[in-house]
Amino acid sequence: MHNRRGSRRETSNDLAPPLPAFPPDVLYCVRHIPLQPPCHLTRRREPLQDRNSVALLPHMCPPPAQPAAVGRSVPRREGADKVTGRARYTDDLVVPGAWYGRTIRSTIARGRIRSISLDPAFDWSRVVVVTADDIPGDNVVQLIRDDQPILASLGGEIRHREEPILLLAASGRATLDDAAGHIRIEYEVADPIYALERASEVFSTVEISKGKVLEDLKDLEGVEVVERTFRVGLQEQLYIEPQGAIAIPWREHGAGSREQGITVIGSLQCPYYVHRALKRALKLTDEEAVVIQAETGGGFGGKEEYPSIVAVHAALLARKAGRPVRLVYDRHEDLAATTKRHPGVIKHRTAVKKDGTLLSQDIEIVLDGGAYCTLTPVVLSRAAIHAAGAYSCPNVRIRARAVATNTPPNGAFRGFGAPQSLFAAELMVEHVAEQLHVPSVELRRKWMLRVGDTTATGQKLTESVSSDLVLDAALKACGTVGRSDDRTVKRGRGLSLVFHGSGFTGSGEKKLQGTIGFEALADGTFRILTASTEIGQGTKTIFCQLAADALGVPLERVTLAPQDTSLVPDSGPTVASRTAMIVGRLVQEAATEIKERLKREKAPLRIEKSYIQPDTIHWDETTYRGDAYPVYAWACTIADVDVDMTTGEVRVTDLVTAVDCGKALHPVMAEGQIEGGSLQAVGWATIEEIKMKDGGYQNDRLATYLIPTALDAPRIRTILVENPYSRGPFGAKGIGELPMDGPAPAIIAAIHDATGVWLDEIPATPEKVLAACASR
Amino acid sequence: MRFTLNGKAVSLDVVGTRRLLDVLREDLQFTGTKEGCGEGECGACSVLIDGEVVDSCLIAAGQVEGREVTTVEGLADGSRLSALQQAFIEHGAAQCGICTPGMLLAAHALLQRSPRLSPDEVREGLAGNLCRCTGYTKIIDAVVSCAT
Repeated sequence: MHNRRGSRRETSNDLAPPLPAFPPDVLYCVRHIPLQPPCHLTRRREPLQDRNSVALLPHMCPPPAQPAAVGRSVPRREGADKVTGRARYTDDLVVPGAWYGRTIRSTIARGRIRSISLDPAFDWSRVVVVTADDIPGDNVVQLIRDDQPILASLGGEIRHREEPILLLAASGRATLDDAAGHIRIEYEVADPIYALERASEVFSTVEISKGKVLEDLKDLEGVEVVERTFRVGLQEQLYIEPQGAIAIPWREHGAGSREQGITVIGSLQCPYYVHRALKRALKLTDEEAVVIQAETGGGFGGKEEYPSIVAVHAALLARKAGRPVRLVYDRHEDLAATTKRHPGVIKHRTAVKKDGTLLSQDIEIVLDGGAYCTLTPVVLSRAAIHAAGAYSCPNVRIRARAVATNTPPNGAFRGFGAPQSLFAAELMVEHVAEQLHVPSVELRRKWMLRVGDTTATGQKLTESVSSDLVLDAALKACGTVGRSDDRTVKRGRGLSLVFHGSGFTGSGEKKLQGTIGFEALADGTFRILTASTEIGQGTKTIFCQLAADALGVPLERVTLAPQDTSLVPDSGPTVASRTAMIVGRLVQEAATEIKERLKREKAPLRIEKSYIQPDTIHWDETTYRGDAYPVYAWACTIADVDVDMTTGEVRVTDLVTAVDCGKALHPVMAEGQIEGGSLQAVGWATIEEIKMKDGGYQNDRLATYLIPTALDAPRIRTILVENPYSRGPFGAKGIGELPMDGPAPAIIAAIHDATGVWLDEIPATPEKVLAACASR
Repeated sequence: MRFTLNGKAVSLDVVGTRRLLDVLREDLQFTGTKEGCGEGECGACSVLIDGEVVDSCLIAAGQVEGREVTTVEGLADGSRLSALQQAFIEHGAAQCGICTPGMLLAAHALLQRSPRLSPDEVREGLAGNLCRCTGYTKIIDAVVSCAT
């Protein structure tokens, strides 16, 4: 009865022999440095007593006199709720009297709306219909550029096939289905642009230059120039909980001047993004818009900017209906209409001396932004800054642009442009190594950034540079590549070395000034007030760990206020590998300050703490020179693959990844982040392909858009390396996005090792692998 | 219709062709069972019917007449978490938690069927349940730790 995806793919069953696991006695410790006695020896199976228990599980190490929470894998704060079904996600919330909402979208990719007609034969009294005319404020999705309408208006432009035009609400889903069948929209169709080469509208450009350009160097004697072009595809975030929001008008049935507020509860990463979008679209004051995060079933960037659209749509319906409205996408709509990872083309020309000395990198990046700007300029910026890879090169030119096409808008997805450009950068190392007939690992050692080196933007790296540490750790752990027993299967190994900037780019954190509140309460407990959200990565748990240790109190005396904009200040969005490092540091500082004040004053006390850019960080937005990020995290990934030479199927059989996170605040969660991100990258590199048809995604169902199952996934072995960052909380750096960067180039290098062919494009689908092998 | 839900008799007056998922979530407010795709691909809505793992989005409510249905709410014994639930917390097998109820039920059925399980057998047994957060490694570890 149960649908088993794995069983459909017969070749997926012959898993490679299991790899030796790390000894269990370091399970709760940082892998290379056992920090604690073997906890498992005292393991006892006893239940958690309390649904919100934050105490240590009984089996774990007994706390020392002064317990250090940081560095220990304490139970996840909301863990018991999640394993018992008590955790309430958006669609689980019971809101009496709520109607269901529905979005009516365009069916053409480009054109204008000529007419919208509602069939008079249908009883529309049972349905609330919202058009662009019902928007009290600006018909703009509040983001970077004001180009995306909340709803396309009559006579207005259609720029992609999923453009929202009308919103419907009714008491039952069947009525909505019925109503949707009685709407007629006529269009004036225009010629859509899908191909990057045909795109003329540019969303943004970035140019980075260091030293001399390639032309000045290439005529030099004894210099080799290697050129290659790479392509990367779209990818869906595929959080397992689809997008959804419930809007509740403060006063039902009509609006008074002081009672026109609205509360939106939703699945989201950034409460204050949604707050700003609501205020602008519905003309609300700060107080009149309240945004609350429900338990959120995954985000990965997909719930960074898109929830603003869902929330505003639900709010418009609720406002007009005078009652709560629940707008929850089904998987099909979510896949068809929401943002994807930017596809793109990246061209490299690298000049090296015969001895391997890196002379020059000339890089061009073109990303497809889709129909609207969304966060594309910031994605492009991160792509450009990481494009030269984790290497030191005296002469670098990076020219990047993002263009508009008539496909649904692309947006934030873990890595945010860096996986795209690092994929190309890492494969370039392989191609240069091949040209020079040297092992690529040797070339990496020669080129890699070290303390004192400068990056492409001219940032001098002064601390926490770990290229050699992660490279050595991964090489030490990977063992030897075996041979496959199956004669039609070829096995190979590939390696990558990447870095990823933690926190917002350039002056981003300075402009944002993320703020948290911190309270010492009269009952002796402490409360953290932050808009940083828990989306599975462990925010709730690690913030409490940081505060407990800074205060010197047991973990259970620290609590966290709900992510509700009427209660907590704007800590900035939960994105950009910034939460643990930037906001976590604020938590640590606030707790330290409260501890000091409690020596002189009595609880209750409340303070706020905002980010202050250190004087040592300098960034020039106009020239793209300076300290692009406060610090970088580093990773080395080694992938082993089996390539079936008859079917072209690529299976990743082993993945070892060594990651420098500065300090593992919670080793199990840090590993979990790395393993999950790595598997998303394995999917992007191998099976996650989106096929386009008429400006839409052809495989917009989960039956046709495949992500790795437990059978497809290799056992991922994580090695945590701790090279502390002086301004991170207890030395920690952000690693949320980093694991998305390394696996794809390592897998393509492994496919080459196995088959002798180089793919320049991902995903490495069986069709591409067979075609490449055939044309060899 | 009548059936047993987590060991308790349930009597309901519902249209038998409705999805079991909707009857559980909307009529009985057992919202631990999640909808991830509505077409039997992701396993977030997994429940047990007479001990077998089933996608409740593909099952008509009428099909469980007289049968025994187990949802995630039925795994703990009062406030005592089951060994498997506890292992999920300890190993970090639940991140965002949306796949967790289905994953727990699939793993529970697996352990009921054969208490001795290798990591490969666990992978095969959980292949119908998608997780996007963990990369599965910690889920496999949690389930294997409960096998004897």
